[in-house]
Amino acid sequence: MSHMQSVPGGVEQEALAEEKELVEGYRPEKGRKKIATGEGRLAFFLVTPTVLLLALIVGYPVVKAIISSFQKDRGLDTATGFFNQGGGFAGFANYKTWLLQQCPAPGGGTVKCPPGTLASEFWASVGFTLGVTIVAVALETVIGMIMALMMHKAFKGRGIVRAAILIPWAIPTAVSAKLWQVIYAPGGVADSILHHNIIWSEKWPARIAIVITDTWKTTPFMALLILAGLQGIPDELYESAKVDGASAWQRFWRITLPLVKPALAVALIFRSLDTLRMYDLPAILTGGANGTSTLSILVVKQIQSGPNSASALSTITFIFIFACAFVLVKALGASIMPRPAAKGR
Amino acid sequence: MTSSVQAPPAPSGEATIEQPKRGFPWGVVGSYASIIIILIWCLAPFYYMTIMAFRDPNYALDTSLLPRHLTLSNFKYAFNTTNNHFGRSLVNGVIIGTCVTVVGMAVGVFAAYAMARLQFRFKYAILGAVLAASMFPGVAILTPLFQLFSNWGWLGTYQGLIVPQISGALPLAVFILTSFFTDMPWELEQAARVDGATPGQAFRLVILPLAAPALFTCAILIFLSVWNEYLLSSVLYNGNDNVAPPTVALAKFTAGPHVIPYTQTMAAGLIVVIPLVIVVLLCQRRIVSGLTAGGVKG
Repeated sequence: MSHMQSVPGGVEQEALAEEKELVEGYRPEKGRKKIATGEGRLAFFLVTPTVLLLALIVGYPVVKAIISSFQKDRGLDTATGFFNQGGGFAGFANYKTWLLQQCPAPGGGTVKCPPGTLASEFWASVGFTLGVTIVAVALETVIGMIMALMMHKAFKGRGIVRAAILIPWAIPTAVSAKLWQVIYAPGGVADSILHHNIIWSEKWPARIAIVITDTWKTTPFMALLILAGLQGIPDELYESAKVDGASAWQRFWRITLPLVKPALAVALIFRSLDTLRMYDLPAILTGGANGTSTLSILVVKQIQSGPNSASALSTITFIFIFACAFVLVKALGASIMPRPAAKGR
Repeated sequence: MTSSVQAPPAPSGEATIEQPKRGFPWGVVGSYASIIIILIWCLAPFYYMTIMAFRDPNYALDTSLLPRHLTLSNFKYAFNTTNNHFGRSLVNGVIIGTCVTVVGMAVGVFAAYAMARLQFRFKYAILGAVLAASMFPGVAILTPLFQLFSNWGWLGTYQGLIVPQISGALPLAVFILTSFFTDMPWELEQAARVDGATPGQAFRLVILPLAAPALFTCAILIFLSVWNEYLLSSVLYNGNDNVAPPTVALAKFTAGPHVIPYTQTMAAGLIVVIPLVIVVLLCQRRIVSGLTAGGVKG
């Protein structure tokens, strides 16, 4: 067993060393520095448009949102009784509304946000967003892994399967939400298959419906990414493990899983990020009703009634998502950065 | 390694036929069974959508899984403009998708070239920044853009729907192309230079034809992602049906108050999906390689 475990690292390092040689073999050692400075200038011109455009379309709005999240929304000024035009420094008031449930009270001061306000839904939607992410991504990972193993084993019909697997991926979420709405319709096909009349608009059935729909659409994609990882594992490893008397189960845990882990981790992280910012599916399937409001839905609902407060919420949302991403990257020890020098491995 | 060299061909041949000897061919059956399971998973809902699209609206809640009560009236209704602007939305989808794809590719291709080919300072910082930009949830830029666009009169305009989506398309282009470019046989460029081609010629005559399939794949993936976008569009179209993309038109697809147009919506949905399915079937190999190369986003 011990010599087997040393093999994967060895193979990879060898390949890396080979690549390095190939890359560095291009130019002679002598004029290296000179070329490098010229490259720097060229790279600057090539990269600048991308950086500028992203700074303009992403950076500027994000910064603007952070600034306006500290400003007052227009509305009835409860202290003076006049209608104010908004603006003016609000401190952390907008954040407190969401995080601490401190809504402005009539006559100044704050009260606990009453039920029915958007703010009162905040913690419930944090919980729902997180819960749906954990459950859906866990299901997608496990089922995706099984699917990938099936496809990897299947020697016939791989082309058909790969084509079929791309179909749920290609169907826009808006369409798949509408499609599953028909399936979950009262007296619809879901009920008839399950032989139960489930009221899918109730809290838990609605949540389960969202998880099922999301899992249906994205598991095949997950399987595809994992399959790519599986195909990178050399067959010799399995053969030598077989010769050494490793059971199928042992081969899975000792070879497949460790070697597919990098691909799996990246897929898992990107899926989690996507699910944490989920909007289309619940917005169309349930309209965010009955405890199915994600953070993104809450932001969109808030935009019309108070953009500065919405900015605070969207800032909270992206900090929350980045924090989750950070935890996942640390926990899985994954590198999500594309590494151009190492052939995107 | 050594054992395979020493072993004569006969025993190794024996080893490969060893498995089917076990009596009932579990391997083969399992393989077919798993293919069928995956096919059902992926295709059953799509199949149901298709038969619903062709089903008479009066039988919308007939839960039969066979195509029955067939009609084309749903498709006719999908393009009816009294309640919906679905036909128009398809045109809008193509306009918006094309513009975003062209801008994203045109800008991203240069950055990707630099990332894949050149050594420069802050390379990884910039790549990280691009990655971070793609990780921002749509709502993080939505609120300020809504305010800005409402000041500029951009709400419910094409530019108002196109510009924000570059935020997703550009990082996607940079990642996919960087990974494609890294894998390309650049020795050929070197060879062309040795043969006396200028850098420009080497790029135009050698690299561009080689890169064309990668560019094409990347363009398809970006177009698909724009075609599927809903969050930004659903807010920034601001009720103007003349610029709404298909996802938005479909989400608010209606047959008047108190009627849920199940079959008609499925017909409209099918019209949105069919071109995608065709593209996916034609380019599945390339799409898969693009997806696994980029490794980003679905």
